[in-house]
Amino acid sequence: METVAPGDTILYLDGVSVSFDGFKALNGLSFFVEQGELRAIIGPNGAGKTTMMDVITGKTQPDEGMVLFKTHTDLTRLDETRIANLGIGRKFQKPTVFENHTVFENLELALAGDRRAFITLFARLSDEDLDRITEVLKIIGLSNRAKRKARALSHGQKQWLEIGMLLMQDPELLLVDEPAAGMTDAETEQTADMLKAIAKSHTVVVVEHDMDFVRALESRVTVLHEGSVLAEGSLDTVQNNERVIEVYLGR
Amino acid sequence: MNKEFAGPLTALITASRGATITVGLLLIVAFLVPVANLLVPETSVFHVPNYAVSLLGKYLCFALLAMSVDLIWGFCGILSLGHGAFFALGGYAMGMYLMRQIGDRGVYGNAHMPDFMVFLDWHQLPWYWYGFESFAFAILMVAVVPGALAFVFGWLAFRARVTGVYFSIISQAMTFALLLAFFRNDMGFGGNNGLTDFKEILGFDLKSNVVRATLFFCSALSVLAGYLLCRFIVTSKFGRLLVAVRDAENRTRFLGYRVEYYKLLVFTVSAVLAGIAGSLYVPQVGIINPGEFSPANSIEIVIWVAVGGRGYLHGAILGAVVVNYAKTYFTGALPEVWLFMLGGLFIATTLFLPQGIVGLMAKIKKPVFVTKTPKAALTLGVGD
Repeated sequence: METVAPGDTILYLDGVSVSFDGFKALNGLSFFVEQGELRAIIGPNGAGKTTMMDVITGKTQPDEGMVLFKTHTDLTRLDETRIANLGIGRKFQKPTVFENHTVFENLELALAGDRRAFITLFARLSDEDLDRITEVLKIIGLSNRAKRKARALSHGQKQWLEIGMLLMQDPELLLVDEPAAGMTDAETEQTADMLKAIAKSHTVVVVEHDMDFVRALESRVTVLHEGSVLAEGSLDTVQNNERVIEVYLGR
Repeated sequence: MNKEFAGPLTALITASRGATITVGLLLIVAFLVPVANLLVPETSVFHVPNYAVSLLGKYLCFALLAMSVDLIWGFCGILSLGHGAFFALGGYAMGMYLMRQIGDRGVYGNAHMPDFMVFLDWHQLPWYWYGFESFAFAILMVAVVPGALAFVFGWLAFRARVTGVYFSIISQAMTFALLLAFFRNDMGFGGNNGLTDFKEILGFDLKSNVVRATLFFCSALSVLAGYLLCRFIVTSKFGRLLVAVRDAENRTRFLGYRVEYYKLLVFTVSAVLAGIAGSLYVPQVGIINPGEFSPANSIEIVIWVAVGGRGYLHGAILGAVVVNYAKTYFTGALPEVWLFMLGGLFIATTLFLPQGIVGLMAKIKKPVFVTKTPKAALTLGVGD
């Protein structure tokens, strides 16, 4: 379907509604993200943050509304795999890595490349692939754990590994769900730096609860409430927004 | 064998100790048993009697079957409770060839039709029996029929994202439906009695010792070839993706992999292996009947794998041999308790030996670095 959204927009949601058993998880949600932007999405529990991610990545079909990727592809008609291959990567709220594979193997499987089943039977890693994996291991600080099974990693390390897997996938748009959840302060800070570095060459949308983390991102913030956008702007602007204070920050 | 192929093949065998031992043992068994049967005099203690050759050959067929289940269950979390169907279909394809080999030596002396068709007063060989007088065609069907069924069944199930116990249940329904169908006389597969009274294979007398020893040898080599194929699969990137699907299906999907095609490919390969196992089984036991489709048979295969150790391949071989040896022994010694023992064995394995015998051996070997048992293996592990 050809529909036109503003010029450099990478992601454009228009009037997206989703309801589960009568509960409206998303209620006419509309907003857009520009190419190369780092965007934080905040909101109280049940504001629809994760549902929004589900809709963008094809896990949930919206009842109505439109989700455009790079101004012309309607994502609501595609499944998870197609959307992933268009260049949208997703990090889950609960770190989801392949526990029985090593850190290295996790990255290998995430590596951008031919994903057809028959091809992978005979796939071999090239030197460039190895370089790329080494590079990402460095970025996520797990170089000395490459041969460890992922299940032996700490919670924070798993989060980083999953971010690393996103980097291997090299998507244009990264959706990151609560990357700092369950992390220590030091880890949280490192994660913020990691995401800022990634945002230099990718568009990143971060859903987050932790206000300190959002501040550290120094990004534009969208506040969700009851399935639609309540406010948008810099963190300071939205923190001073009366309605935001009322529903979220004030409590 | 050219070098390009020999390199990776050697790597498959030497990559792990388990693989080296398995390949070595299979080779030894493949040669030793026929030699001990045919060349060692009957008076010697090293002589392997004829009945034992057939029995061991049967175990090897079960080993291949168990391995086919381990490939999908152990590595991809697909718990098929209907894999006996693919085994039986492979068996029927071979049985049809053996029936056609009887020619005019049947009770009715009809060269154009098997006895049971004459008995049913049929006047023409059904079209789906055409071609089975050719060994090559029958061998092709041994792979094609189970493979095609698995492909269609898998296509429907995996695309609809039927997973876990739901998949197990419909796979069981599939084999049950086939059981009922093959029981019918008008299906043209001998109904209740199935196919039997075989005389020859490729013109050689099925009752001769040399033929039986050769069939044993072929079974052992098939297990070996099947093992190497499975090793190749599970050590490839494809294999790592199977485990990825087992442990985190959604993650794999969001990485951009078409999970259903991965499942479909491995499920089809597995069904073909099961079919080959069935085709080797039938000439050695001399009969194939609808009982092979019974759901209990398929469940038993899963028990072999669980007892041997799921997700090791050689565990499946070990489990199939150990459980079937116990079955042979106890159904002779204490026939009425065998089923209780089998059930008890499964419960005990699930509770105390989640990694089966192979897992236990690994644990005994290195008690210090016992890796934590993945939760998936503790339950029936139908990856959710």
